[in-house]
Amino acid sequence: MITFTIDGQTVQAEEGKTVLEVARREGIPIPTLCYHPAVEPYGACRMCTVEVEAHGRTRLETSCTIPAQEGMIVRTNTPDVYKARQTLMGLFLSRCPNVPLIQELAAQYGVTEPPYPTDTPEEKCILCGLCVRVCQDVVGAKALNFSERGITRRVNPPFLEKTRDCIGCGACTIVCPTGAIEIVMEELAIYQEKPLGPTSAIYVPSLQAVPRVPVIDTDACIRFRQNDRTNGSNADACGVCQLMCEADAINFDQGDEIVELDVGAIIVATGFNMWDPMQMSQYAYGQSPNIITGLEFERLSNASGPTGGEILLADGRKPESVAIIHCVGSRDHSAHPYCSRICCMYALKQAHLVRDKTGAEVYEFYMDMRAFGKAYEEFYERIQEEGVFMIRGKGAKVEVPPDGKLRVKGENANLGVMVSVDVDMVVLATAIEAQPDADRISSLFGLGRTEDGFFAEAHPKLRPVETNTDGVFLAGACQGPRDVPDTVAHTGAAVSMALALLDKGEVTISPAVACVDEELCSACKTCITLCPYSAVSFIEEDNVARVNEALCKGCGTCVAACPAGAITGRHFTDEQILAQIEGLLRIPVEQLVEA
Amino acid sequence: MNDTNFEPRIVGFLCNWCTYAAADTAGVSRMEQPPNVDIIRVMCSGRIDPTFVLKAFAEGADGVIVSGCHPPGDCHYTNGNFKTFRRMPLLEAMLAQYGIEKERFHWGWISGAEAAKWAQLVRDFTEQVRALGPLNWKRELESKED
Amino acid sequence: MANTKDTKGTKNGKLKMGLYWAASCGGCEIAIVELREKILDLDAAADILFWPCAMDFKYKDVEAMPDGHIDVCLFNGAIRSSENEHLAHLLRQKSKVLVAFGSCAHEGCIPGLANLFDRQSIFERVYLETPSTDNSDGTLPQISYQMPEGEVTIPKLYNTVKTLGQVEDVDYFVPGCPPQAPQIWAVVEAILGGKLPPKGSVVGANEKTVCDECKHKREDKRIKKFYRPHEIIPDSERCLFDQGIICAGPATRGGCGALCPTVDMPCRGCYGPPPNVVDQGAALLSAVASVVDADTEEEAARVVGEIVDPVGTFYRFGLPSSLLHRSKLD
Repeated sequence: MITFTIDGQTVQAEEGKTVLEVARREGIPIPTLCYHPAVEPYGACRMCTVEVEAHGRTRLETSCTIPAQEGMIVRTNTPDVYKARQTLMGLFLSRCPNVPLIQELAAQYGVTEPPYPTDTPEEKCILCGLCVRVCQDVVGAKALNFSERGITRRVNPPFLEKTRDCIGCGACTIVCPTGAIEIVMEELAIYQEKPLGPTSAIYVPSLQAVPRVPVIDTDACIRFRQNDRTNGSNADACGVCQLMCEADAINFDQGDEIVELDVGAIIVATGFNMWDPMQMSQYAYGQSPNIITGLEFERLSNASGPTGGEILLADGRKPESVAIIHCVGSRDHSAHPYCSRICCMYALKQAHLVRDKTGAEVYEFYMDMRAFGKAYEEFYERIQEEGVFMIRGKGAKVEVPPDGKLRVKGENANLGVMVSVDVDMVVLATAIEAQPDADRISSLFGLGRTEDGFFAEAHPKLRPVETNTDGVFLAGACQGPRDVPDTVAHTGAAVSMALALLDKGEVTISPAVACVDEELCSACKTCITLCPYSAVSFIEEDNVARVNEALCKGCGTCVAACPAGAITGRHFTDEQILAQIEGLLRIPVEQLVEA
Repeated sequence: MNDTNFEPRIVGFLCNWCTYAAADTAGVSRMEQPPNVDIIRVMCSGRIDPTFVLKAFAEGADGVIVSGCHPPGDCHYTNGNFKTFRRMPLLEAMLAQYGIEKERFHWGWISGAEAAKWAQLVRDFTEQVRALGPLNWKRELESKED
Repeated sequence: MANTKDTKGTKNGKLKMGLYWAASCGGCEIAIVELREKILDLDAAADILFWPCAMDFKYKDVEAMPDGHIDVCLFNGAIRSSENEHLAHLLRQKSKVLVAFGSCAHEGCIPGLANLFDRQSIFERVYLETPSTDNSDGTLPQISYQMPEGEVTIPKLYNTVKTLGQVEDVDYFVPGCPPQAPQIWAVVEAILGGKLPPKGSVVGANEKTVCDECKHKREDKRIKKFYRPHEIIPDSERCLFDQGIICAGPATRGGCGALCPTVDMPCRGCYGPPPNVVDQGAALLSAVASVVDADTEEEAARVVGEIVDPVGTFYRFGLPSSLLHRSKLD
């Protein structure tokens, strides 16, 4: 350990640590522009300059580059230091007079006007080199570098051309202190300012997540993407999160674990998916950042969301008018014919939130108002009283005129007229639908699907949480659209039934099951693929097929298929049925037909 | 042989959950049907072994009906009816080779809610088989031997 | 009737045997000869009193025998003429144990496929329609014909081919087209040793199906297309049925050693149905159709529609013994 002083305070440092790092650790303020803990220090901006007295000499040094030395005396705020920084800020402000960060920092050193004339008032880049360093060293894409010298020095991709080496990771935009770098998508410039989803590859799903720990989206994470992109030759790109984590809790080698559990009951609670309104071009979703789905609105309005809960347009302004369109993709034979059940009520809630948080006008385009639950109708009345404009007629089209407004066209069926309203924001209450992998889940668990794509309950009225496979239950929206109170009730029912099953300790099954005579079974394997419950399996050691009586539902398909006659369908045996046929046809016709 | 007194003997193999339920409802609702169809209940149309159909004809049936739940989604056992629609066309082709007319063998789908459809099928199929005359397989075999 | 121990009452204590061929191809006779050197053992243990193929005994010799004189009669061939039937009844009368020997007697076999036609259409085809026949007089066989010398008669051909069991009371069935030599010897030994199962049993064959003896590797079945044996060269390792070739093995009693699959030809079903199967063709049809990989009616109908001649495929050997026995007679 090295011992030295900063501003009279004795501090300790490990070998190799810089003065800036130690100062930061101790909470001693030193301004920086070109420093970032994730990259090697560069000493470009010089703002971290401090006075260093060592070996009998006093000089100005950049604290970000000078390593701690035994016995050195550092002073971070002498008049010379202040003067140096002041000069620097004057230069910075002259180069970039309109960058807020520069303006603020310059003001701290008493510089309010650029001391030198500038011919690039729009310049934002302060040549700090953070973007270059992060791209070269951390990400490893090496798509940015300095070029030219002197007053023409700049940062650019090679030969000033768009390059495929840039992987669009956005690391440069994150480290750039002045916002001089933008990520722009080629076709559409969307979501430039206020993304409504996770903003980094490592993120906590939401502040209400359980457990509330971050996860890494390996499709977005620079480290994983670079590893894939370079076939493993650049396997340790970035890693900044691990570097920063004080608890040392990040392990990039963590992978999926396959866990095998023997269970007595399964509850399928795989939820739902949002229908993608890009499938219907008349709603113009994707053509403006201010056309959002109901779910995106929830994120926007959430206090832990990107705007801290404020309802804002993409450019940061508050909207003055909002249109909410119901039944986007629901009750629609071109999309989903069913009603998604939850949207009317959340659309009313969202109208209320908009009114409450912004005072904007709200236009609610609806077909029918489905306020079916406890206190729902009363809530609907209240929203009407809050001055929301209810337009009974489907919002048919959303247009994006060049003036930045959004035009919603629809019919006011009560008045019998077409209406058109220009608003700042459009919320699409999109349909909810079965998850895209419902096919796979249903074959895994032997679930049927109803016509709407959701999982099939055993009986539409009387058995809403059971399925045709014993021991497998459904909970929540995977069985059909439902809101929170209904989900709670449904899930409670599923859990109760599962517990009842487990609690009993034994299962009562119908005796009408199939049974393989192992003396006759010749292992042809005809029956194996036929059972919808996978109740017949082939037992390699005994070289026969065998029926699991707990799984068999007694349909008899394997019985009819077995070419060796080795499978008996108890209580519906071949002998019984053939005897029925013989018996029926032995009755003389005359006895059947009574005049 | 068009005997005006000929009453066809028809055997119906019906699946418990769909067609049998429909037939039950048809009966309970007093829908008019001739009594010529004798019903044998199985749990699923997938249980119906072609042997049963052949046995019915061999024992003297003039017509046979096989009916279950509508594919693809109605089968109580998910896809028992898939095996039915794989077996029946082949059985039908084979019966034709035996000289048993297509019109004597009806296979199809009637759901539990379609009681009226069942009653209509019974009426129509009985007349259809009546028009063909008796099949009388066993007796014909014996009488035409020499 | 199972114990033949007390029947060896002839002068030399040897078993008295009879062999007869009805409507057959002669293959079952060859199968006996296929016993090879064991035929000497057979000769040592039994006296053959009647074997039209190999010996010179006449029908009147049989008629002259006392009832039950023959200990064991191996009767091969199907019953399709009045002569066949006459001998069936005669040999039943004169034999203690009547064995339906071979597929023809057991279930009808290949002659049984005539049940898709009738006598008249067969005569017309054979005597009139075949391209190489010159029969300008249109002569067809007749049961009796008046000659100057007197009346000459031939047996009457029936419309329908029957199995031995359908015309007479049979004690045992030995299946196969033909029965394999080791199985034949096993039956002979059982008879000699007096160790026979209950009357009406199938002997000289296994309880399990051909699949049990077959060396091909079987997997889960999902057939997208059916092939006739000449249409593809099958993979020798894999089950032929898995590859879309209709093999009767799953629905056929074993005991032959799966001879045909051994040379990559599908089993034809000549050993007849397994013990628990009522109708072999229906069982095979059901299995074949069930594993078609089709989830729509149209697709299923298309795939099974490609099967040429369902009756011939599924009832190649067992048409007379099937539930319907024959096609409809006009």
